[in-house]
Amino acid sequence: MKREYVIALAGNPNTGKSTLFNALTGLKQHTGNWAGKTVTIAEGTYVHKKNTYRLIDLPGTYSLFSNSTDEEVARNYIVFEQPAVTLVVVDATSLERNLNLALQIIEMTPNVIICINLMDEAEKRGITINENVLTKKLGVPVVKITARSKKGFALLFDTIDRLVSNVIQGTPNVVRYQPEIEEKIAKLEPFVRTVVNDTISARWIALRLLDGDESLLQELMKRWNRGEEEILCPQTEHMVHI
Amino acid sequence: MSQANILRLNQASKGQFIQLTSINLEGVMRRRLLDLGFIPGAVVEVVRKSPLGDPIAFRVSQTTVALRREESSKIGGVLLSHEA
Ligand SMILES: Nc1nc2c(ncn2[C@@H]2O[C@H](COP(=O)(O)OP(=O)(O)O)[C@@H](O)[C@H]2O)c(=O)[nH]1
Ligand SMILES: [Mg+2]
Repeated sequence: MKREYVIALAGNPNTGKSTLFNALTGLKQHTGNWAGKTVTIAEGTYVHKKNTYRLIDLPGTYSLFSNSTDEEVARNYIVFEQPAVTLVVVDATSLERNLNLALQIIEMTPNVIICINLMDEAEKRGITINENVLTKKLGVPVVKITARSKKGFALLFDTIDRLVSNVIQGTPNVVRYQPEIEEKIAKLEPFVRTVVNDTISARWIALRLLDGDESLLQELMKRWNRGEEEILCPQTEHMVHI
Repeated sequence: MSQANILRLNQASKGQFIQLTSINLEGVMRRRLLDLGFIPGAVVEVVRKSPLGDPIAFRVSQTTVALRREESSKIGGVLLSHEA
């Protein structure tokens, strides 16, 4: 059976997202404006083991909290469109900075692969990265690649394949906060869960509400008021092509 | 650590390394600074200071970020004699 899965590419600016996107999709791509916003998003496809993967190149951001249009678009895509996999592309030569976004994303969804790009550059600078330790610490698969020379792609394809077919599952080690905050999360979570179903992390929404994230609250209200409950409770079934 | 080593980022001079202790800002600006790497414990370097002292360019988490006095005066830290 052929299936179609959506893969979102997230990452800081200049981590090689577009290079990876182009290498994977070749000429099968087009760009479009996102939901009336001035943010341009490229979309393309590739086929692996008969499954079609639709790739979405999200805007590059350092964070998903600071309320720029780019960050809002990327956040809304990951939270509400719920791609089968969010591929977080990080720069091997600047892991500390890049992992900020990665940590934010694994708090939002378990369907994440961390893709460490620019490994050729890292090797030149004598940087070695133990991806197995990172995988253990983060609780999601970590794959090293060099997008420019397509190195590491076989393992990347395989990891994506195994994640979407549930052979492996992400179990993110999310940040635990001070008891005071954890208590408030625990109080809010059950209420959040009655509004959004299991597919959106109630813990994450509770956290954002505690942080006073007006923009997310407005987005939730907007979708709720439009009566688009299916957006809050989206279809989890993937499209099936026979 | 002596009192003399405690300062705000706008008081630092070019070439100095400061380990951050406090970010006294709120809301979106606080969030943005945290995302850029201005977090307690991080070490920042003063890489450039304009003649009037505003803005100041800092090296933080492998990136250069220019801050206006408005922000840099609200970030506190400890002066390090050399890079940590
Ligand atoms: N050395 C090296 N450079 C790369 C690699 N991937 C991308 N780049 C370069 O990094 C820069 C930014 O890449 P781009 O794909 O535009 O990044 P984006 O902003 O994340 O979309 C470009 O100059 C690319 O050629 C890689 O694997 N190795
Ligand atoms: Mg790009």
